[in-house]
Amino acid sequence: MIHDKKAHKYGMVIDLDKCTGCGTCAVSCMSENNVPFKEDESDKKDSITWMRVYRLTNNKPFPDTEVAFLPRPCQHCGGKGDHGHSPCVSVCPATATDYGYDTGIVSQIYTRCFGCRYCMAACPYHARYFNWWDPVWPEGMEKYLSPNVSPRMRGVVEKCSFCYHRYQLAREKAYASGSDEIPEADYQTACTTACPAGAIVFGDLNNPSHKVHQIVKPDPHPDPLNPDVVGKSRNPKVFRLLERLGTNPKVYYMSEREWVRKLGDHYLDGEWDKVKNVYGSASHE
Amino acid sequence: MKVDRRSFLGLGIGAVAGIAISPVGAKLTDDFSIWTQNWPWTPVPPDGEVSYDRTVCHLCPGACGISVRKIDGRPVKIEGLDPYPVNNGGVCLHGIAGLQYLYDPSRVKSPMKKVNNRFVPISWDDAFTMVAARLGELRNDQNPETLACISGSDQGSVPGLFKHFMAAFGSPNYLTMPDLESWLIRTAKTLHGDAYTLGFDIDHSDFILSFGAGLIDGWGSPVACIQAMGTRRQRESTLVQIEPRLSNTAASADRWIPINPGTEADLAMGMCAVLLKENLFDPGFAQGFSGGFMRFTAMVQKEYPLDKVAGITGISASDIQKTAVAFAKAKMPVALPGKGRGEGAQNLKEFAAIHTLNCLSGNVNKQGGTFVKPLPKYLNFPDPVQDTVALKGAGSAPLAGSVQELVTRIDKSGESPVKALLVYNANPCFALNDPSRIRAAFEKIPFKVCVTSFMDETAMASDVILPVSTFMERMEDVPSKAGLAATVVGLSKPMVKPVFNTRSPGDVVIGIARALGGDMAKSFAWNSYDACLEQVTARIWGPLVRKGHVVLSKNLPAGSVKTDFGFLAENPETVKPAGALEFTLIPIDNFRVPPTVPAPSPFAIKIVSDRILKGTDMFVEINPQSAKNLKDGGFATLTTPAGSVPVRVHFNDGIMPGVIGMVKGLGHTLDNRYVSGKGVNVNTLISPKIEPDSGMDAAFCIKAGISKA
Repeated sequence: MIHDKKAHKYGMVIDLDKCTGCGTCAVSCMSENNVPFKEDESDKKDSITWMRVYRLTNNKPFPDTEVAFLPRPCQHCGGKGDHGHSPCVSVCPATATDYGYDTGIVSQIYTRCFGCRYCMAACPYHARYFNWWDPVWPEGMEKYLSPNVSPRMRGVVEKCSFCYHRYQLAREKAYASGSDEIPEADYQTACTTACPAGAIVFGDLNNPSHKVHQIVKPDPHPDPLNPDVVGKSRNPKVFRLLERLGTNPKVYYMSEREWVRKLGDHYLDGEWDKVKNVYGSASHE
Repeated sequence: MKVDRRSFLGLGIGAVAGIAISPVGAKLTDDFSIWTQNWPWTPVPPDGEVSYDRTVCHLCPGACGISVRKIDGRPVKIEGLDPYPVNNGGVCLHGIAGLQYLYDPSRVKSPMKKVNNRFVPISWDDAFTMVAARLGELRNDQNPETLACISGSDQGSVPGLFKHFMAAFGSPNYLTMPDLESWLIRTAKTLHGDAYTLGFDIDHSDFILSFGAGLIDGWGSPVACIQAMGTRRQRESTLVQIEPRLSNTAASADRWIPINPGTEADLAMGMCAVLLKENLFDPGFAQGFSGGFMRFTAMVQKEYPLDKVAGITGISASDIQKTAVAFAKAKMPVALPGKGRGEGAQNLKEFAAIHTLNCLSGNVNKQGGTFVKPLPKYLNFPDPVQDTVALKGAGSAPLAGSVQELVTRIDKSGESPVKALLVYNANPCFALNDPSRIRAAFEKIPFKVCVTSFMDETAMASDVILPVSTFMERMEDVPSKAGLAATVVGLSKPMVKPVFNTRSPGDVVIGIARALGGDMAKSFAWNSYDACLEQVTARIWGPLVRKGHVVLSKNLPAGSVKTDFGFLAENPETVKPAGALEFTLIPIDNFRVPPTVPAPSPFAIKIVSDRILKGTDMFVEINPQSAKNLKDGGFATLTTPAGSVPVRVHFNDGIMPGVIGMVKGLGHTLDNRYVSGKGVNVNTLISPKIEPDSGMDAAFCIKAGISKA
């Protein structure tokens, strides 16, 4: 039994100014995690893409139009107050999805899932996908499947696991070398290592020596305006999706462009101007 | 027996108690839950020892180093190799999907010949005998020059072997597909002379003036370019992107300047005029100018005044002036030619005019500038043994300068001047403009041999298919090209035994030559391609095997460069889009859709946006300002002088009004249901237009009309 004494909080920050929308993260994820494909994948509601890249625009007419891309893995929410009650975890009747208090990773156990899809309804980020069909690989192609991740079957829900098998491997490696510290480079997700633009940074948000912590500078105190929100970034360029819901995602986004940051949540007319400077929690600096 | 109230209740209670106590219910529930969790049809990937191996990807001209993770020798994942001088750990989606290509449903599994319009498998020996018999006839008839060869690229030992074959056979008709490298070599030839190519040091440049070059949309060596763009802001390097549509590159640029499609050459000439007029060119570098620099100066001043260029391009005169001056005053400016990925129908005037900006800036063969590099010369083929037939044939004039020109020749003659055709690693029947015209020309060629890994459109139009191993299954040298500043030769090695009955393309050439016998066989005395590779790369073979790659030139190219203005001084005509319809249709290079060989992988098609492809419907982009009665998402008919197709409409504010954009590389008809029959091949809507000076197809865009369906 491997005992991991320290509580990690793995998370990522994605630089939307660097993201080119090339889709390499999505394909690297599918290749790493044995995600299947079918003849028609153009109905995006049933197209299983643990990492999906959304196209954002500022909706201004020509020639002031601007475009950005937003890669969306599972946000690995900590739930209200960051106590581990993620929206999906709290509704699962089968404990098929659970919150890892040692890693902050939201798991998905395929053989426990019986396909009620409550979690999909609860997820505000559309990060979960249902297997409407059994996966079928063209003849011979199942030879490229990796033994680290079990292929799923019809009737279960799946989603991004922050490449949990890579965490397990890194943990075993650390244990074998007699250390209880997992080096930052030893545990990196498949999307992070693949991104040719270097837009994704992954690591332990609790570890001040990790790059992700240095960029995000998570605020240890609850947001004074909304005590459900914990771990807000003290970097004014960094935001989370639908942050005010209090889901406390561990995926942060970064952009210099105000219109991109504004798209991270829904705002009433004039509301953005009131809240935009509150973001970054200057009060705790 | 009488059932009274008492016995009825007793039985009932007894039954309930019996069922409750009996293990049958629990057992059934247990069985049921076990049964519902048995999925014998779901594969269980076998576990085993993990190992990593390194090789080089040659799916595109990028030439990235890759690391392959294997389980008991079975490749399961491709990742970027770090360090590697091209991509340093980066990788792209197509490289990762390399494993899918290995088991692709459209792989050709054994040699095939066409009988009554159907392909039947044959043995390699039969295939070689058959091909040698048909090709031998040409030599027996003293007409070796009627053999033509189309290759996907021009560099490396395998294209080298094909050229060696053509020389020994006696035909000058070796043609390559119009990739970015071929355009760069042509440009360098026009301005600096033979055997040069261009490289761009975008890693260090502080001002990149891109004439539509899709730096993050797949231009050049895609991963290297994306990496350079990723660090661009930290380096405080400016990117100005000039193109009709807000591509991803334009969206990430410091400034996007929309331009009327197809007028980039005029803009570059206009900017040259500004630099010359304001005396903003480098006098030191100008000492190497010859061949009518004065004539060129006078011509651009006269023919490309600001107001006129502003009218043609749709960019304001002050913008042109400002941009040109900013370019000239930057410390390390680079002007990049090649719209989109920089391949296919481009034009020499544009490439030459844009590169002239580089020459005027004087930032040539300097850090952060443009490198005029000699073509890599690491291959040493022995001289081919040419008999009298070969000498006569090889000495004849080439039929054409490009595949499109060759097709025109065949089209116009009653009997095809080409009697046999070899196609290697190219899919002209899909990737070039007006593919139906190319297929029609192919039909006139009596004998076509396709050397390919996939049953693609060109393979289907052939008579014999000789299947080759994919890059994961074979050894080959992979020279970097496509505008990279450094010249790196990588060695790709087999990561897995050939999955099907395929051979290395080098072995295929050697096999055909040996089957031809006589002097042909003498020119190909190697036992195998691997032996040939070792011999022709002898100078670098040792380090190539040891390190997996060799950096041929990292330092700046030495020596002064002469620049000849003869071509541009004549003011060649700009190729205009054909037709008189209201809109202009432009092809869009989307990173997720490879436009040529190989066709997209299932993973690549999976992540194509549902605003490009929905079911089998193809979307076109149009600015809502010019959409009239069209609806976003609605059906429409798109018409060009070349044809008419049903499409759906996607409103995009980021495309110039009056321009219609369609993603290139979809609409395949090959035997792969994950990729085939989806969307429309934009090439079917564009008729080729040959640029007189280059002999190349220069029809980048075409006039089009769109109406509600």
